[in-house]
Order: sequence, then structure tokens, then C-alpha cells
Amino acid sequence: MAVSGAPATPEELKQRIESGIPGATAEVTGDGHHFNAVVSAPAFAGLSRIAQHRLVYDVFGAEVGDRIHALSIQTKASEPRTESIA
Amino acid sequence: MSDETTNPLREQIQTAIEENPVLLFMKGTPEQPMCGFSARTVAILQSVGQPFAAVNILPDPRIRQELSTLSNWPTIPQLFIDGELVGGCDIVTEMYESGELQQALGLDNGAPSGPAPEPQAPEPAPLSIENRL
Repeated sequence: MAVSGAPATPEELKQRIESGIPGATAEVTGDGHHFNAVVSAPAFAGLSRIAQHRLVYDVFGAEVGDRIHALSIQTKASEPRTESIA
Repeated sequence: MSDETTNPLREQIQTAIEENPVLLFMKGTPEQPMCGFSARTVAILQSVGQPFAAVNILPDPRIRQELSTLSNWPTIPQLFIDGELVGGCDIVTEMYESGELQQALGLDNGAPSGPAPEPQAPEPAPLSIENRL
């Protein structure tokens, strides 16, 4: 877990998203306060955008809006890796 | 049930959400947004010609606390349509670009609109309502 008080980094956010949401891959950019995350995960399949974004926000809880000042999110449902499905 | 206290502020927020078909909780006002994400969301609503009510959450930090508890959504802005949370700036932008926002608002056939508008210099917002919470 992050040391509280330490500045957030894109690498930290990426790791926490990927470990917090099964099968997720994340690309995170940011300057320590404002971050942008593009997240793909099989868990998003069938969920509304709201529900998808909540899964990402839930990784960080009350840190969003506080230690992580702003977090923009784009989500994509990724297919579980299987042989080609038409 | 025993809510430990009555919570007038939360009730006021709930009432505002129920009574305004399109309601934006934002930082600042439509005329003077105080945050880029709020400004962008206002610009999108104005560009589709959608009248909306707006609540500035900045004057009292408790508004944001109660709103986020109520909506289970941590960030501002928050757009509600017909009493339902639609999302924040990212989701509103995506929905605008795909035409889903216009569809949700009942404005047109939901044809994709291309890139979202950038915030312009402030202009009077039509029919924006400053709720006094």
C-alpha cells in the first residue's frame, strides 16, 4: 500500500488498479495530482459506465478527491483471453 | 429504522435531484465554473441546448460530502438526469460524442456528435437555476 502522505504516482495507480480489479490492465498518466486512467478489464463486461467507473474509484476510496486530486477514467470491457470467437 | 439523526442537507440534495429533470452538481456556477471538468460538462450541456439546474458545491464542504455519500460517486461534477446519476465529466463527454447523451435527454435521434466542445468564454446559461441548499 502507499505510504500516506507520499505523492501519488501514475505507476502506483496503475499497480493498484491492476491488483484491485481482476484481469485489469491500466495505462495511467498524471502529474501527481491530476491523473488519467485507461482501464480494460473482463469484469467490466455487461456493466454500465457508471458501474465500471465505480469499480475503478473503489480501488482508491476516499483518496479520490483528496490525495488523488482528480482521476479521469476511460473504461473498456476486455474479452477474457480465449480462442477467437466470431 | 433509526438513522441516528435527521439529515436536512441530504434531504435537500435528494429533493433537488428528484425535482430537477436535469441537474448538475458542479464547482462554481454555469456562468463561472471553478474547475475545468465542471466547465467542460457545462459546455456540453449548453452546446446541445439542454436547460439544466446547477448546484454549486463549493460554498459548503458538507454538500459534497453528503452528495458523494448519496450518489456513491467520489468526484465533481455529477450529472443527474431524471433522478439518476449519469456520471461525471468523462462519462458525459463519452456519451456526448457517441450521441447517447442527446438520446438520454430526449433531444434527437442520437446521431454521433463528434468531439466534445471546449469550454468557451462564459456566456449566460439559459434557465440555469441556482439552488440554494
